[in-house]
Amino acid sequence: MADVKLSELHKYYGNVHAVRGVDLTIADGEFAVLVGPSGCGKSTLLRTIAGLEDLDGGTITIGGAVVNDLRPRERNIAMVFQNYALYPYLTVNENIAFGLRARKTPEIEIRKRVSEAAEMLGIGNFLQRYPRQLSGGQRQRVAIGRAIVRKADLFLFDEPLSNLDAQLRDEMRTEIKRLHHEITTTMIYVTHDQVEAMTLADRIVLLRDGKIEQQGAPLELFEQPRTGFVAGFLGSPSINLIPATLKANGAGAAVVFQSGDALTLPKARAESLINADGQQVLVGIRPQHFSRAGGPLRDGVVPYSAVADLIQPTGTRTFTTIKIGGFDAVAELQAHDVSSHGERIDLAIDLNRVVLIDPASGLVIA
Amino acid sequence: MRIGRLPARKARILAARYLGAGVVTLLFLFPVYWLFMISFKTPDEIYHVPPLWIPGQIQFSNYYVLFKDGDVLAILNSLIVAGASSGIAIVLGTLCAYSLARFRTGGENLAMWIISQRMIPPIAVVFPIFLIYVYFGLVDGYFGLILLYTAFNLPYVIWMMRGYIVDVPLELEESALVDGLNRWEVIWKVVFPMVRPGLMATSVFTFVFAWNDFLFALVLTRTEVITFPVMLTHYFGGQSNFWAKIAAMSVLGTLPIFVAVSVMQRYLVRGISLGAVKG
Repeated sequence: MADVKLSELHKYYGNVHAVRGVDLTIADGEFAVLVGPSGCGKSTLLRTIAGLEDLDGGTITIGGAVVNDLRPRERNIAMVFQNYALYPYLTVNENIAFGLRARKTPEIEIRKRVSEAAEMLGIGNFLQRYPRQLSGGQRQRVAIGRAIVRKADLFLFDEPLSNLDAQLRDEMRTEIKRLHHEITTTMIYVTHDQVEAMTLADRIVLLRDGKIEQQGAPLELFEQPRTGFVAGFLGSPSINLIPATLKANGAGAAVVFQSGDALTLPKARAESLINADGQQVLVGIRPQHFSRAGGPLRDGVVPYSAVADLIQPTGTRTFTTIKIGGFDAVAELQAHDVSSHGERIDLAIDLNRVVLIDPASGLVIA
Repeated sequence: MRIGRLPARKARILAARYLGAGVVTLLFLFPVYWLFMISFKTPDEIYHVPPLWIPGQIQFSNYYVLFKDGDVLAILNSLIVAGASSGIAIVLGTLCAYSLARFRTGGENLAMWIISQRMIPPIAVVFPIFLIYVYFGLVDGYFGLILLYTAFNLPYVIWMMRGYIVDVPLELEESALVDGLNRWEVIWKVVFPMVRPGLMATSVFTFVFAWNDFLFALVLTRTEVITFPVMLTHYFGGQSNFWAKIAAMSVLGTLPIFVAVSVMQRYLVRGISLGAVKG
């Protein structure tokens, strides 16, 4: 068990500045997910924590001890790799025991820990098989088993589920979450998948171009993004960003689209916007904040009439493409809310959680 | 599917194929068969016209002479020289290859430069090497030959092993580093098992190279350390050729290679194809 502290971390690959001054504190027992688009430096960051990459600046502290100059094996960490990294010439049993043997653990202890881990992961029947005789999901379980038996201070996961098909990925995600509840070791998990990030994390660390864009609890990032990038990265389907001009005066505020349509913003949001009158903004509306109009509208919910273009039913919900202010936007409606292409639908848009972004700086202004 | 059930046309094609394969096999095996037969024949039988397919009786006097005169020591010399040089070349070469593959030692071009050393025609360097060896007193000894064959085999080993090592997924090594091994242990416990087929195949080829070398052995040996190919030439005379000795010695010289290849065959096929296709 250990907390992890990164301060002013820098890493270069030749001329590429892959990690640019990252400061991050992960509490003991916390499940932190490093997420971001490919090339954002998340894997590099994980590998520097593991000691597989040398640092070009900054300090890494694990459990209060600076580990900058320690080799990977001296950091007491366990790591699960994307392609499982199982030794094809060893049985499952020997694969799991590999790290313990490397550390000269007594044979009795090895047997005990391997069978514990095998039971926890449901791979007890495969112990005598070779990795090539296992399915992808089973292999990843073995890889996780190899990490568990080490009883390390810190678990690192490098995109462990991206080689699995969708259904298995959901299953393994659940198992990893359960695993964290059971063993409560500090975990750092890298993924490019925002669903994995949202569902697994105690804390999401969203990276962009080698820097932390924002970090916090999943719902905090989802509901209060600091930048347009964060708003756009989290959520599926992703947030609709529509260019508009802000109009604000003492009476209230509204966003006016290029088509001339206008949406009145809720009173609570308007007060802080008086000084921003006339500013260009991107209006961020999540697909989930659309609904079929019906009955009286709550405060901050505005009516909007639109024509359904593309209709994508998922079973539980139906994603419908409509035009708002002349731009395509996706509305997530109930399964049967819309039936045919070209149908005119009366929508209600909940603007209580609308996000207004300054297109120049990318920062959320309200 | 049973042969009897095949349609007549398919059966004929199959039969023709087997026949063709049989002829080719015979063609290739005949010299080996003939070599073995001569080694068991008496001088009369060897020069018999028409040739005798099978000797009247299997007799080992041709071999006995080789042992009695001490000629078989040449086989022993070859075993020592080829065995030691390929062993050293494999160990050093694999470590060099690991360094080239994983630490990018020497950048992009060092590996190419190393293999280019193998492209020099041996005849171009044999006399300079002879003069150097004379100066250092290395002629006609084990050490000189082992040193030379090691030097000649190293580029080949490095080149081949580098290819095999590059194909080992890096994560396997990183995982082992995190799990608690140091770099040497990673090479021993992860890299070696992963490249074993390639290692075996490469070992066989280096051994065969040293075993078969004639040019350097001829120039650099005199009386003390005579290897098997050089010894064989002693039986070709101006007046007559000692076919009995030539055949018996050739059989003895073929056996170690035969044994090596049959033992390693399992690895050879995999080793040669390993790295050709990503699994």
